[in-house]
Amino acid sequence: MIDTVERAEQTPEQIQPYAELGLKSDEYQRIRDILGRRPTSSELAMYSVMWSEHCSYKSSKVHLRQFGDKKPPTDALLVGIGENAGVVDIGDGWAVTFKVESHNHPSYVEPYQGAATGVGGIVRDILSMGARPIAVMDPLRFGPLDAPDTRRVLPGIVAGVGGYGNCLGLPNIGGEVVFDPTYLGNPLVNALCIGAMRHEDIHLASAKGVGNLVVLYGARTGGDGIGGVSVLASETFSEGGPTKRPSVQVGDPFMEKLLIEATLEVLHAGLVEGIQDLGGAGISCATSELASNGEGGMHVWLDRVLLRDPTLSPEEILMSESQERMCAIVRPENLDAFLARCAKWDVEAVVIGEVTDTGHLTIDWHGERIVDVPPRTVAHEGPVYERPYARPGWQDALQADDAARLPRPKSPAELRATLLDLVGSPNLASKAWITSQYDRYVLGNTVLAQPEDSGMVRVDELTGRGVAVSTDCNGRFAKLDPYTGAQLALAESYRNVATTGAEPLAVTNCLNFGSPEDPDVMWQFSEAVRGLADGCLQLGIPVTGGNVSFYNQTGSTAILPTPVVGVLGVIDNVERRTPMSWGTGGTIMLLGTTRAEFSGSEWAHHVHGHLGGLPPVVDLEAERSLARVLIDGARAGAIRAAHDVADGGVAQALVEMALRSQSGARVTVQGDAFTFLFSESAARAVVVADQPAAVAALAAHHGVECTELGSVTGQSVVEFAGLFDVTLDELRHVHDATIPAALA
Amino acid sequence: MRIGVVTFPGSLDDRDAARAVRIAGGESVALWHGDDDIKNVDAVILPGGFSYGDYLRCGAIARFAPVMTTIIERAHAGMPVLGICNGFQILCESHLLPGALIRNDHQHFICRDQTLRIEDVNSAWTSSYSTGQEIVVPLKNGEGGFVADDATLDMLEDNGRVIARYVGLNPNGSRRDIAGIRNERGNVVGLMPHPEHAVEALTGPTTDGLGFFASVLTSLAGSR
Amino acid sequence: MARVVVDVMLKPEILDPQGRAVQGALGRLGLSGVANVRQGKQFVIDLDGELDSDRSATLERLAAELLSNPVIEDYRLTVVEG
Repeated sequence: MIDTVERAEQTPEQIQPYAELGLKSDEYQRIRDILGRRPTSSELAMYSVMWSEHCSYKSSKVHLRQFGDKKPPTDALLVGIGENAGVVDIGDGWAVTFKVESHNHPSYVEPYQGAATGVGGIVRDILSMGARPIAVMDPLRFGPLDAPDTRRVLPGIVAGVGGYGNCLGLPNIGGEVVFDPTYLGNPLVNALCIGAMRHEDIHLASAKGVGNLVVLYGARTGGDGIGGVSVLASETFSEGGPTKRPSVQVGDPFMEKLLIEATLEVLHAGLVEGIQDLGGAGISCATSELASNGEGGMHVWLDRVLLRDPTLSPEEILMSESQERMCAIVRPENLDAFLARCAKWDVEAVVIGEVTDTGHLTIDWHGERIVDVPPRTVAHEGPVYERPYARPGWQDALQADDAARLPRPKSPAELRATLLDLVGSPNLASKAWITSQYDRYVLGNTVLAQPEDSGMVRVDELTGRGVAVSTDCNGRFAKLDPYTGAQLALAESYRNVATTGAEPLAVTNCLNFGSPEDPDVMWQFSEAVRGLADGCLQLGIPVTGGNVSFYNQTGSTAILPTPVVGVLGVIDNVERRTPMSWGTGGTIMLLGTTRAEFSGSEWAHHVHGHLGGLPPVVDLEAERSLARVLIDGARAGAIRAAHDVADGGVAQALVEMALRSQSGARVTVQGDAFTFLFSESAARAVVVADQPAAVAALAAHHGVECTELGSVTGQSVVEFAGLFDVTLDELRHVHDATIPAALA
Repeated sequence: MRIGVVTFPGSLDDRDAARAVRIAGGESVALWHGDDDIKNVDAVILPGGFSYGDYLRCGAIARFAPVMTTIIERAHAGMPVLGICNGFQILCESHLLPGALIRNDHQHFICRDQTLRIEDVNSAWTSSYSTGQEIVVPLKNGEGGFVADDATLDMLEDNGRVIARYVGLNPNGSRRDIAGIRNERGNVVGLMPHPEHAVEALTGPTTDGLGFFASVLTSLAGSR
Repeated sequence: MARVVVDVMLKPEILDPQGRAVQGALGRLGLSGVANVRQGKQFVIDLDGELDSDRSATLERLAAELLSNPVIEDYRLTVVEG
């Protein structure tokens, strides 16, 4: 018996399972108030998925407003927050769109498919802006490397990211791999995608033009992930493992590849008025969002949806998260041409509705009205929570517990041993086991890829114009001080882009936090957003879009607050990029000021298992000045190689450059050896120049401290003059061995 | 010289192959899998990728595409054909080359800069190299293990039909470290690694891959 | 209606890394004494109407040409119904 609108009007007392679908009783009442009656079961399904945390951002909206309120003035932003992804002008009529999203909970449940469909989802977001996807990146976070559950999830997640991305033909140009106990049980899988298009190709997700057709195309609809969005991303896992196990979404990258080609063809042929991808909440989301953004009305014949599983009910069809589906708004006169393009690529397409001017989204099932709602109430006017937040009671004690008091290595032998220990520690060790499973070459435009500071791809083969992207976040810094930690994440990403010679332009973010029902977590979130918004304003680069993932906790242990920040920059000609490899000669210089800052450092974490104190000072003006030296230096050809200084300090930066170059160096330690080697002060970079005077002058001009450290020798040793030396072989051995050994 | 590059559903490195042809000085012609007309091209490249998602077996479905009927015919008549990675898989499935490609022995997809030794230059696609020359080109595959029975392997070796071998590291478990083979006539070559990704210093580890594309242009010019 | 099942297995002499990986996993998960594991594929083909000798011959040919790669695989065709 179908629950129609008419039946709903006649049976107001019917008990409905709103709580099982994730709705609170006041939310359920609000739906009844909006409709003036009880919702049908289909309407209840739609509201429940669209009003879930993952779709409606109900706990984060009040804070995320700051990204718009504090938006820095910029001409580069062509499409801002609110659309599927932000779009930035990179010059010469080219536009680039990029965004990072999370797929954390599904990846814990089913690592391969969770990660794979995470990549699929973000790629479709980029595609729906009218762009050809050109690269992907994957910031990943796991529990301790030696934990059994890490060995369960890590290989599957990496295989899923690679399996999906490689099959789509998108180069993986960067990402992160971070290990921390708080991520055990809550691995973080964030997926970023970059797309490029000409300005005139930008498309928005709106349904305009009464009488235009709504076409659903791509894979057939099945029972994938029903309730995934509402159930998985809106609840914490209970101790002892995932108790909620709904149908997991399964991806088909081959179908997505066909979808990309078919979509780009119909877009370029001018056959599409509006376009939307189907992600979380599937058809519920696509129809309500398209309708909201257009004339305000849409009618859908749900029974026309092509099904993989003929037993699905209308509610299930509305909630299904079957992958590889898109929705296009097509003028009737263009329909045949649209269908022909889809047929060429063997992509199924069917008209499921039309744009109306009723101001309502109406859905029929075999002639019976099962949904009649104002679409904005579904898609945009979801609940807005003002969750209570308060600085945690333990924050003061945590900040007072400075890592400076921890016993530190003093003798050259102890320093040497600490260096080797850190170089081989999970967070600093080589990630090649992971990154060699990703295709970095496909499309032939990858200029820089991991382990370089940012991933860089050429956008225009004639002029060499390109973009660089980096993603960064030090969750430990964010735990010590979320406001500063978020700014440090922004600073690091900004710095990484500048290090490769690109000019930072725009920001995306993936905010991974614990439960918003915990005032401690909510405080961390509010502080991080405030820090990020303030930071973006100060640096003059806007947030173009992003994602929030809450409920990353098991029981009462939340993950480290992890606001992953992605910065995108542009470079006029990729030939002028600055790589990490320093060749066989040149002067090594350190840009920026070093302080004794060890709290939250890799040393404190790995050697002492300690987290306490205040994070390194963040000075965005200093970052800006440093960036100017790096970018202008690259343009002038004065800098041959560069690497930013971050986790593990200057020691790690030098070791990574030496290993990348397979060429040694001789440097003189400046001041206190331990501080020089392992402090994690921000706003610093190591550069190598053939004419150090030019770099020194540039640094002086911008007020950036510049110190000559030594020179590249081309030998097989890295020598810290007067202290110790260590061979490249030794370094390579410890650096390369750790992760493969743990996963064998 | 006009070199056709076939696009199957799921082909990925077709654009890169086309670029390599252009950089080598040829004209690349896009060929569609569903069309048996190969537009009078002088040679054909079957590019890398995941044609048909690698469903059933890599290359198993692509091999029956209309364009392949014509290509197989012309290959038997002497037209140069280069199969790269997925293309190599298609050539084996089509029986234009012996053997088969199976899953990497270590079970992972691997992308690395691979050293190869060119062992035979009597093919349309390797003639511009010298025997024993070592080159570095990217390798990226999950199903790159070349297998054949001992009799076939011996036949290939004895007749100089192994055109390239892995040096330093066998990245996928291929028997006898075989990275590429040719047919008897030397016009059909299958290669697992990707020379089309080693044609520009900016984006590749070397420009060593250009030789494959330069070879065919020279071979074709010579045969005019 | 007719149903035909085609089982495809790698030839015994071909390395089966997936089978080997499964063998290791079975052992680790508590099954002792696993002598060998081989992984293969099964195609379940439902046909309208009857399986006459023409269709049978075509099916046999396609099992040898499409569903399996005779260089590395063996197949076995079983008519389940019809």
